[in-house]
Amino acid sequence: MNPTVHPVLAFLQAWWVELVCGVVIVAVVPLIAGYLVLMERKLMADMQARLGPMRVGPHGLLQPIADAVKLLIKEDIIPDHADKMIFWLAPVASMTAALTAMGGIAFGPSFLVARDINVGLLFVVGVSSMGLLGIMLGGWASNSHYSIMGALRSTAQLVSYETAGGLALISGLLLAGTLKIRAIVDAQQHFGVWFVFLAPVALFIYLIASIAETNRAPFDLPEAESELVAGYMTEFSGFRWALYFLGEYTNMIVVGAVATTLFLGGWLRPFPNVRWMNWLDAVPALFTAAVGVYCVYRAGKQPVRVQIWFMWGVALTCFAAALILGLPLLVAPMKFMMPGLNGAFWFLLKISAYIYLFMWVRFTLPRYRFDQLMHLGWYILIPLAIVNVLAVGIAMILESEYGWNRWLAMLLTTVITLATAILLLYLNDKRAAASSTAAPPEEPSAEDSYAG
Amino acid sequence: MQDDAAQNQTLLGADELVLNMGPQHPSTHGVLRVKLKLDGERVRGTECVIGYLHRGVEKIAENRSYQQFAPYVDRMDYVAAVSNGLGYCEAVEKLLNVEAPPRAKVIRTIMTELQRIASHLIWLGTHALDIGALTPLFYCLREREEILKIFEKYCGARLTTHAFRIGGLQYEAYDSFEKDVERFCKDFERRIQEYVDLLTGNSIWIGRTRNVGVLSAEDCIALGASGPVLRASGVKWDLRKAQPYAAYEQYKFEIPVGTNGDTYDRYMVRMEEMRQSRLICLQAIENIPAGPIMGKVGKVLKPPVGEIYHSIEAPKGILGYYIVSDGTTQPYRVRIRPPSFINLQALDKMARGHLVADVVAIIGTLDIVLGEVDR
Repeated sequence: MNPTVHPVLAFLQAWWVELVCGVVIVAVVPLIAGYLVLMERKLMADMQARLGPMRVGPHGLLQPIADAVKLLIKEDIIPDHADKMIFWLAPVASMTAALTAMGGIAFGPSFLVARDINVGLLFVVGVSSMGLLGIMLGGWASNSHYSIMGALRSTAQLVSYETAGGLALISGLLLAGTLKIRAIVDAQQHFGVWFVFLAPVALFIYLIASIAETNRAPFDLPEAESELVAGYMTEFSGFRWALYFLGEYTNMIVVGAVATTLFLGGWLRPFPNVRWMNWLDAVPALFTAAVGVYCVYRAGKQPVRVQIWFMWGVALTCFAAALILGLPLLVAPMKFMMPGLNGAFWFLLKISAYIYLFMWVRFTLPRYRFDQLMHLGWYILIPLAIVNVLAVGIAMILESEYGWNRWLAMLLTTVITLATAILLLYLNDKRAAASSTAAPPEEPSAEDSYAG
Repeated sequence: MQDDAAQNQTLLGADELVLNMGPQHPSTHGVLRVKLKLDGERVRGTECVIGYLHRGVEKIAENRSYQQFAPYVDRMDYVAAVSNGLGYCEAVEKLLNVEAPPRAKVIRTIMTELQRIASHLIWLGTHALDIGALTPLFYCLREREEILKIFEKYCGARLTTHAFRIGGLQYEAYDSFEKDVERFCKDFERRIQEYVDLLTGNSIWIGRTRNVGVLSAEDCIALGASGPVLRASGVKWDLRKAQPYAAYEQYKFEIPVGTNGDTYDRYMVRMEEMRQSRLICLQAIENIPAGPIMGKVGKVLKPPVGEIYHSIEAPKGILGYYIVSDGTTQPYRVRIRPPSFINLQALDKMARGHLVADVVAIIGTLDIVLGEVDR
C-alpha cells in the first residue's frame, strides 16, 4: 500500500462514522432549522388570527427554501469600519458551535448521532455555549452601537443563565450518576420514572435558562427588535445573517434535546417499565395513521386542486410512516427494530413539545427589561438552583444511607425547593418595592446593569 | 436635579455613549430621531430631532380656500383623521358663526368616538409590540379593521377620510350604519377582555410599565401635556366635559383618571377610555335625530375678519385650531396645536435615569404620531 495514502486510510477507518455523521448534520440540520422557522411563523400566525406564509408552495411549504435562496443571492454588505476578518468569522463560529453540539446528541437507542462519548452531556452544553463567542465577536466587529450593546447584553445574559441552567442540569445528573447520553436514559429506565417527576423544579429552571440561552422572548434582549433594531445582528445581512439564524434555531433543538434526554426520559415511552402499558408501543403508528386519516378528511375540503394533491401527499407519507412504525409490532422477525423506531418517535415528539412551548411563550409574553432579567437570574434562579442541587443531593444520601423511600425523599426535595422559590419571590418583591420608592427616576442608582 | 459634576460622571468613569435612535428605527413610531446619551444602559439625557415629516401644512392653509384645506388636516394625525376633521370643521363653523344641525352633530360624535377607539387600538398594539408582546398588535388591528369598514361604507375612505364638511356632513348615514356600529360595540366588549387577559395582570407587563416614565400632575401642566397623559397623572381634564362640543353633553360617560402618572396608569386610562367611547357610541345610535345634515353655508366661504380658537379632545390630547381670517376666501393664518408635539416635550423628563428599553416604552406611552408632530 502506498505509504502516503496509508495514514489517511487509517484515519478514515477509525473515524468514518463521525465523518458521515458530520456531513449528515451539516446537510440536514439547516433544512430542519429552516422548517422550524416556518413552523414558528405558522404557529404565530395561528395564534394571531392570520394565515402566515401562504404564497410559496402549498401553504407556504417552500418558504424556507425561497428564503434561503434569497439570502444566498443577496448583496453581501460589510460596513466600512468593521473588523473584516472577525466579521467573517463570527457567524461561522456561532453556527459551528451549534452544529457541533448536535453531534453529541442521541435521538434514539440506535440513533446516536456521532459517538457516545463519556462526557456526552457536558460536551453538548459546553460546545453550544461557545456560540456566545460568535455573538460577542460579531457585535464587536460590526463597529456599531446597537451591535455592541446587543453583544454586551448577550454576554451578561448567557453568563448568568448558563450558571442557573448548569446547576439545574447537575440536579438531574446527580440522579443519573453519569454524563453519558445513553446511560442517562438507561438510568431513567432503571428508576422506572422520568427525572422530571423526581426533580420538577430542575426542569423548570432549565426551561427558563434555556429560553434565555437561546436568546428567545421573553429574554430576547440581545436582539430586541424594538430597542436595539436587531442587536448583534444589526449589521449582518444576507448569508451571514442566515448563519446566525441557523445557529439560533439549531441551539433550540440542542437545548430541547438536552432537556428531553435528562428530564423527559429521552426515547423512553411514558411508563417504560409498566407491562400492562405496553399498548403504548402502538401509539406512534396509530398517531401517524390518525394524522394521515385527518389529512384525507381535510383533502376533500380544500378549495384548490394543488392543495388537495398536497393533502393526499401528506396523508400518504403519514401512512408510509405508520407502516414503518407499525410493522415491527406485527411482524415478529422485525421486532428488533421497534425500540429504535419508536424511540426516535418519542424523542422527536418530546423535542417538538419543548420547542412548541418556547414558541408559545414567545407569542404570549412581553419582554423583560435588562435589570429585571439580571435580577431574575441572580436573585431567583441561581439561588433556587443551588438549593435544588443541595436538596437533591441530601435526598439521595437519605435514600442510600438511611433507607428512606425514594419518592418520599424526592417529594421533600421538591417541597423544600418550592418553599425557597416562594421565599425568594417574596424577598424580590420587597426589594423591588423598596427600590422603586427609594430611587426617583431622576437619580440613576449606582447599580451597574452589566455587573455580575 | 443633579449638579453638573455629578451629571458628567459615569459609573465606570468612561465616556458617555451617544446612541442615535432613528429616524429609521422599528419603534420610534415613524421618523422621530432621538439622540440618547447613555451611561451603559442608563439614559443620561435625550434630545429629540424632529422635522423629518414636515410638509408645511400650516403654510399650505394660507393658499387654499377653507374647504380645500379640510383634507389636509386628515394628514396630520393620520391614525385619527376623523378627529382632526371635526376640530377643523367646528373651528371654521365658529368663525362663520354657523352651527351644524343636530343630526350631523350626533353622527359626527359617533364617528369621532369610533375613531378614538381605532386610534387607541393602534396605540395599544404598537405599545405592546415595543415592550415585546407580539400578539396584541394583530388583535388590535383586527378590531380596528371593523371600524375602518364602517368608515369606508360611510364615506368611501378608510384612513384619511375627510368625513365631515364645514357646516355639517356631505353624506347621509348609510342604511345599516346604526346596526354596524351596534354590532361592533357589542363585539368589542368581549374583544377588549382579550387584551386585558394578555396584558393587564401580566407581571412582566406590570414590571415594564409601573413606575416607568412617571410624570406628576404639576409637570404635566407645566409642559402643557394633555389627553390621557395628563389624566393618568390625576388631573380630571377632558374637553368633552369641560367645554362640550359636538353632541357630547347629551351623553353620560366617565373620565378615567390615574394616580401615579406612570406608563401603567396611562395604559389603564386609555383602556378605560375605549370602554367609555364604546358606551358613548351605544348611547348615540339609540337616538339619532332626524333632519337635515348640512347647515346654512354658502358655496363660497367668506368668514368675517377676525380670529378664532377652537379645541377638541382628540384621542391623543387637546387638538386646537387658531384661525385668523382677513375676510377673503382663504385663511390669513392657521395655527394648529398638535397634542403629539406638545406631549413629546415630556420625553426627556420621563426618560432620564431609565434604561434604553424604557425609552421605547415611554415613546409608546406618549402615543405620538409624527405626521402631527412635524405637520
